Amino acid sequence: MEQSKYYKKISAEEKGLRLNLREVMKYRDLIFLLVKRTFVSQYKQTILGPAWAVIQPLLTTVVFTFVFGNVAGLADCGAVPTFLFYMCGNITWGYFAGCLTNTSNTFIANSGTMGKVYFPRLCMPISTVLSQLISFGIQFVMFIVFLVIYLFIPGYSIKINLWALAYPLLVVEMAALGFGVGIIISSLTTKYRDLQFLVGFGVSLWMYGTPVAYSLKLFGTGPLYWIARFNPMTPVIELARYGFLGPEAGSIDPPAIIVSLIVTIILTLIGIFKFNKVERTFMDTV
Amino acid sequence: MSNEILIIKDVSKKYRLGMIGGTTLRDELQRRRAARKGLEDPTKVVNSKAEAHTGEEFYALRDINITVNEGERVGIIGHNGAGKSTLLKLISQITAPSTGSIEMNGRIASMLEVGTGFHPELSGRENIYMNGAILGMTKAEIDSKMEQIIDFSECRQFIDTPVKRYSSGMYVKLAFSVAAHLDSEIMIMDEVLAVGDMAFQNKCLEKMNQVSAKEGRTILYVSHNMNTIRQLCERCIVLSHGQVVFDGDVEEAINLYLGRKHNFEKEIIVTDEIRELSAPNVPVITRIDMNNSTGIMAFGNNMKFQIDVENRSNKHYDFLLRIIMKSASGNVVTMSSTHNTIGLEGRQKSSYSLEMDTGNVVPGKYTFTFVLYEVGSMNVDNNLDVLRDIAEITIKADADFNHGMPWNSRWWGNVTNGDLEVSEC
Repeated sequence: MEQSKYYKKISAEEKGLRLNLREVMKYRDLIFLLVKRTFVSQYKQTILGPAWAVIQPLLTTVVFTFVFGNVAGLADCGAVPTFLFYMCGNITWGYFAGCLTNTSNTFIANSGTMGKVYFPRLCMPISTVLSQLISFGIQFVMFIVFLVIYLFIPGYSIKINLWALAYPLLVVEMAALGFGVGIIISSLTTKYRDLQFLVGFGVSLWMYGTPVAYSLKLFGTGPLYWIARFNPMTPVIELARYGFLGPEAGSIDPPAIIVSLIVTIILTLIGIFKFNKVERTFMDTV
Repeated sequence: MSNEILIIKDVSKKYRLGMIGGTTLRDELQRRRAARKGLEDPTKVVNSKAEAHTGEEFYALRDINITVNEGERVGIIGHNGAGKSTLLKLISQITAPSTGSIEMNGRIASMLEVGTGFHPELSGRENIYMNGAILGMTKAEIDSKMEQIIDFSECRQFIDTPVKRYSSGMYVKLAFSVAAHLDSEIMIMDEVLAVGDMAFQNKCLEKMNQVSAKEGRTILYVSHNMNTIRQLCERCIVLSHGQVVFDGDVEEAINLYLGRKHNFEKEIIVTDEIRELSAPNVPVITRIDMNNSTGIMAFGNNMKFQIDVENRSNKHYDFLLRIIMKSASGNVVTMSSTHNTIGLEGRQKSSYSLEMDTGNVVPGKYTFTFVLYEVGSMNVDNNLDVLRDIAEITIKADADFNHGMPWNSRWWGNVTNGDLEVSEC
């Protein structure tokens, strides 16, 4: 058979990593449409529409400020407004958690579509991460608005610095980490549904293991501090707070940042590898 | 020279019976550990005679070899569970084969379902983009075909309404339109035409014929509707229990699929399992003699039968006999009934010979249904014994029948009323 430009061969045994990024690129229109579909359909027939993207983290921040900040006194942030301290941590964590939770049910939530038509399966988790970016963008704008407002209120000291420019890189890292862990879970849930129930619980547990609801300073230099430094999300939150709110709210910890980057890369690679293996036959087990 | 566009080579698809997704993590780990050490599967039932996991394995497809040339329209038929859908799923890359390989020389547009990826909240237009993108079109391609798609779907008026407000027919029309306008070399369809009204079905078939003839696209079509297979396909594959049992002429394939359970028998002894009895004790047909030893009859002859009837009741019955003749595709050709009633005393047996005028029935394969009935009050007939499609005969043409051309029943029916008389005036 003469091989045309669309030649393709499917065989039973395929070894190694077969990423097919070129094929994913060919389907980029699909990714954008999926992003749009997720975002548009999410807020159809709601009165407030995309405002919900703002209201949710706003309310969580208010609750955190009151419960963890004022009542429990876990926010050791000096002259930085507690409200901003929590909002920065919350929306940052929110993006990561959103990526993780939503990619983790890629196979199960889309089995209907995937069982009927072929497209590069990777399009689905990629579109999830991107659609999370939209609501995150809105929330980030809200954060900046509050930041500017607080800058003009006397009595507070917000030392915004150049590290804030590293924030986009942190977003990329969170996307990769959430994506990686999410697709590992989604690959496993095609066989073992148990994990589906653990995801929600696991994510909130992970949040309490990350300095979102409290300051890392509270750990001092004890064993808890050492453990927290191995959590890849710790330096992300700390660096975000350091950049936007100053040294009183966050910290820069180079060894922890390196550990975090390495863990992220490893988990993302494992995720893609696992996904690659599962995507060919998951329809038989899902 | 025709080009091969799809080569399916030694493809099998294996499933584990009852075990799909039903393993526990512990079993799985044990099995893996054993496999690594080259040991026997520890989760296997002890003393089971078969090899590890045989008996729990099920081949949905086994050693399939099919080669399709460019521009061919291939129908795939088979009973439920024969493996048709599995085959389409493998070709459209939804799941991978267990063994073998599939090579294709073109893009595949698969319609295993209409409206894949449709979102109820989005409008018709948005869904065209969505569906088109899922099927592999780029936005620019969809844009260039948008007007054609909307026109074909007959939904222009509602195109900006969310599809959740659509009637199911409109939904299907829209979905089919998108798929039909795909730029692909191979189209795969699984009974998608079963939905939609007659007019739209015909429109779809026409469209399919057109894309195949004009653009040289290859079509693989699965259906249980033999008429659409006849209209669309030029080659047909019959699958049975995961294997290809026939590959070739459409009519032959359909005959095989529809008529495999009755082969010609000269003498048919009727057992109670195959009859549709109205009551336990009535007159029944016990034996049919076809009066023909080969199962083949020359065109222009009458069918002759000899039947035995047994009256199983104690009372006298006045019954009638009806013979219904059907073509191999299941269409009724004609019916003949006895004019006068036949009387039979209780607990009696009798033989009758029957002659049915089949002189005008064109060559082909036919089946006969025998009905023993009585006419009740108000001229309502009451079936006593029904033997459905029990006998079979093939009528053969002589050399000058229809000037030697094969008879096309689809266009000309199953009965000819002699030659057209012509005279100059």
